Amino acid sequence: MGNYFNKIDKWLSDRYELDALKELIMHKKVPVHRHSVWYYMGGVTLFLFTVQVLTGILLLLYYKPGENSSYESVRFIMTHVKFGWLIRSIHSWSANLMILFAFLHMFSVFFSRAYEKPRELTWVTGFLSLAIALAFGFSGYLLPWNQLAFFATKVGTEIVGVVPIIGEPLKVILRGGEDVTGATLSRFFGIHVAVLPLVLTAFLVIHLLFVQKQGMHEPEKFKSLPEEKKKYIPFFPNFVLKDVLLWLVVFDVLLMLAVFLPWELGPKADPFTAAPAGIKPEWYFMFMFQSLKFLPAYILFLEGELVGVLGFGLAGLAWMLFPFIPFKNKPGAKISLQAAIGIFAVIYIIVLTILGYTL
Amino acid sequence: MKKLFFLLSIFLLLLSTVFYAQEKTIQDKNGQNECLNCHKSDENLPDDFKSYDVHITAGLTCADCHGGDPTSDDEDIAMSKKNGFVGVPSRKDIPQFCGRCHSDFKFMKNYRPEVETDQVKQYYTSIHGIQLKKGDKNVAVCTSCHTAHSILPPKDPRSSVYALNVPATCNKCHGDKKLMDKYNLPSDIYKKYVNSVHGIDLLKNKDVTGAPACNDCHGNHGATPPGVSSIVNVCGTCHVNNYNYFKASKMGKDWEGDNDYHGCVTCHNNHDIKKPNDSFVGVGDDALCSDCHDKGDKGYEEAKKIHQELTNLSTLYDSAKVKLIKVKQLGMDDISIGFMLKDAHQAMIKARTTVHTFSSAKVAELTVPGIKIANNAIKKADEEISDYHTRRYGLGAATIAILILIIGLYLKLKGLNKPEA
Amino acid sequence: MSQTRRKFINTILGIGGLGSLGAILYPLVSYLIPPKITEAKVNSVKAGKADKFKDNSYKIIKFGREPVILIKTVNGNFKALSATCTHLQCIVQYRKDLKEIWCACHNGLYDLNGKNISGPPPRPLKQYDVKIVKDEIIITR
Repeated sequence: MGNYFNKIDKWLSDRYELDALKELIMHKKVPVHRHSVWYYMGGVTLFLFTVQVLTGILLLLYYKPGENSSYESVRFIMTHVKFGWLIRSIHSWSANLMILFAFLHMFSVFFSRAYEKPRELTWVTGFLSLAIALAFGFSGYLLPWNQLAFFATKVGTEIVGVVPIIGEPLKVILRGGEDVTGATLSRFFGIHVAVLPLVLTAFLVIHLLFVQKQGMHEPEKFKSLPEEKKKYIPFFPNFVLKDVLLWLVVFDVLLMLAVFLPWELGPKADPFTAAPAGIKPEWYFMFMFQSLKFLPAYILFLEGELVGVLGFGLAGLAWMLFPFIPFKNKPGAKISLQAAIGIFAVIYIIVLTILGYTL
Repeated sequence: MKKLFFLLSIFLLLLSTVFYAQEKTIQDKNGQNECLNCHKSDENLPDDFKSYDVHITAGLTCADCHGGDPTSDDEDIAMSKKNGFVGVPSRKDIPQFCGRCHSDFKFMKNYRPEVETDQVKQYYTSIHGIQLKKGDKNVAVCTSCHTAHSILPPKDPRSSVYALNVPATCNKCHGDKKLMDKYNLPSDIYKKYVNSVHGIDLLKNKDVTGAPACNDCHGNHGATPPGVSSIVNVCGTCHVNNYNYFKASKMGKDWEGDNDYHGCVTCHNNHDIKKPNDSFVGVGDDALCSDCHDKGDKGYEEAKKIHQELTNLSTLYDSAKVKLIKVKQLGMDDISIGFMLKDAHQAMIKARTTVHTFSSAKVAELTVPGIKIANNAIKKADEEISDYHTRRYGLGAATIAILILIIGLYLKLKGLNKPEA
Repeated sequence: MSQTRRKFINTILGIGGLGSLGAILYPLVSYLIPPKITEAKVNSVKAGKADKFKDNSYKIIKFGREPVILIKTVNGNFKALSATCTHLQCIVQYRKDLKEIWCACHNGLYDLNGKNISGPPPRPLKQYDVKIVKDEIIITR
């Protein structure tokens, strides 16, 4: 057995410079400290993305986009295809967990200040990947063409329309017409299964290349330790095995969620009925949705909703470019300005999300 | 010779009138209509004048009804009695006035060969016609319903006698309390009708081809209330099964002839017919049976049983429907359950019709299989719902496998952390 | 590390790995095998062989969630119409004796083009298209 491996290894090494790669993998080290656990968040996100790609491809085998066929084909997957219910349920749950872990990953990076030089671009690509993941969620939500998704999409695209000048044309382009119709469905389907996977894969590759090139970030405290007190574990096999271990746990949790709390289908979308009460976006849009609801109709001379949308746009931009913003902290300050901003963001998101579900 | 000449001249005269009549219709189509020209410029047209009136679009002129000479713009010539000017006919004469053409099959053939020509005859058999003959000037004549100068065929939605407009047209007089009081007639028929099952279907749902307007039960030109004995037949033209069941029932036979019970109307009323529901039959507060049947008599017991049969099925059907919605919501297979429910629904509808046999056994013939189907549907739905929660036992096996792998990896990792021996 | 311990761990890893692989592959392969009804048809439905269908007879076909009445007329022509009566949603049938569509619930009658001609039905029945492809009857919306 081992003999064969060696032969293949030799064959490959003769043709490609595998040694450099092996070297990199073998010598890569991961620091061990109190906050090491956060190193795993990105890996879990990546794992869930892989699950998404695989289950997504499986769903594509039976799914048929179209005003009449979407809902029926999802129902077909759930009722006639063996384990179809499981695949769909995993796809839905994994999507949500992926975004959850992406958020955790982002905030852990933020609070450990891993985005600072030289990892600014890793942060930017990571942020963009999260944005694309959100777009994934938004476009995928519509595809079963059920009542809730239909109206959530209507409300969601409506919000795009409030942006001055480009908002209205953008809304029409997104919807593929004035209203959310079968045309929107085709469009969202194309975006969900072709455009976004391509773009996200590109960003992820860059993101991962950066990470591998620059190695793991070491927090301030760890860096200041004397050399002999710094503890590391080898990336391979120790860290990778730990990663796999965690992935397995997450996978099992995912299975349990998919099995014990399977995703419902709900009634088919009927564009001619009144919107049902309590239209809610997916949880990761809730804080923005709720903020818009709290805004008054007018702020000064501007529409409240417009202020909100622009505000979130600017905040997002600032968040993406955070590594490039120069902060001057007073030497004696108990807490840095950056940390304060991060804490505010976390509290804001949590509080408004809770309000969104309780009010 | 003289006699022959006389006969010949009469013959020629007759012939000329025939020619004249034939020519008239052709000439008029392209002919002048000076009446309209003057009346228009003097703004002296009838109030209800509409240029889309069926007579104008057919090419008739004012003079074709009112007489006179339409080619002359001289008032004295055009409206001279000599030229046959009639002017406005008196109310009493209107039926004959219209009947000059509309009772003339040969004439009508030139325009609308499919239209009947017995309206005037029918009219004089109606209460309206009989009263008019007696000299009553309040009753409806042709123009009361058809208007005088904006007449349109009944299929035209603009027409006063279009199905959707008929109730309002009749109500012009029959809703006039002062007028109706004189005849001891109710004036709230329209209000009752509007909220009846027929009125809602016609006026709200615009079911022009299905729901009956006033004339569908009362007739139009020969309008009379359907007689006591004919009510069943009138309702039965549409409600055929109900009619057949009722006619064959003991009650249907008992109610024939002159008595206080007037077929369908006795339970369902006439103008304010409500959408029936299962509480109509039985012995409850809303039940109609208990109007006559008292506790202890046979009919009372039968009504109670019929009601029980119907409610058994309908409650079961309703709960099956709720289950179906749940199955749909969960995204489980609902199609076969949906078809089962359609069958149960059919049994329920049929059973409700068989109420008119007034036999609980006959009703049960339909409700019992219906209940069986509904029960099967509920069973199937419960299976689907429990499947949704429990068909996933395989997870246990998968979890065990994954758990073993996790433990293995954990042990391996622990080994790695220890320095190699 | 002792040899036995290493062996033990490897056995566990092997069992767990194979089990997990099975746990993933079994649903995956089952999913890939086409189900009995091979696709979610919403715009057409097959209704059997045309030559086996007797003249002057009918069949109720399940078209997704809707019942459809398929009739072969005395002339051998196919007609497909919604089988749901427009009066109170009973399922209609074809009457050989009348050569018309009849609803048993309240004696409603429709002609073979679905037009309501007698009894309480307020509206006509919706027509479907019927095509015969290689003797296979296909009903489409």
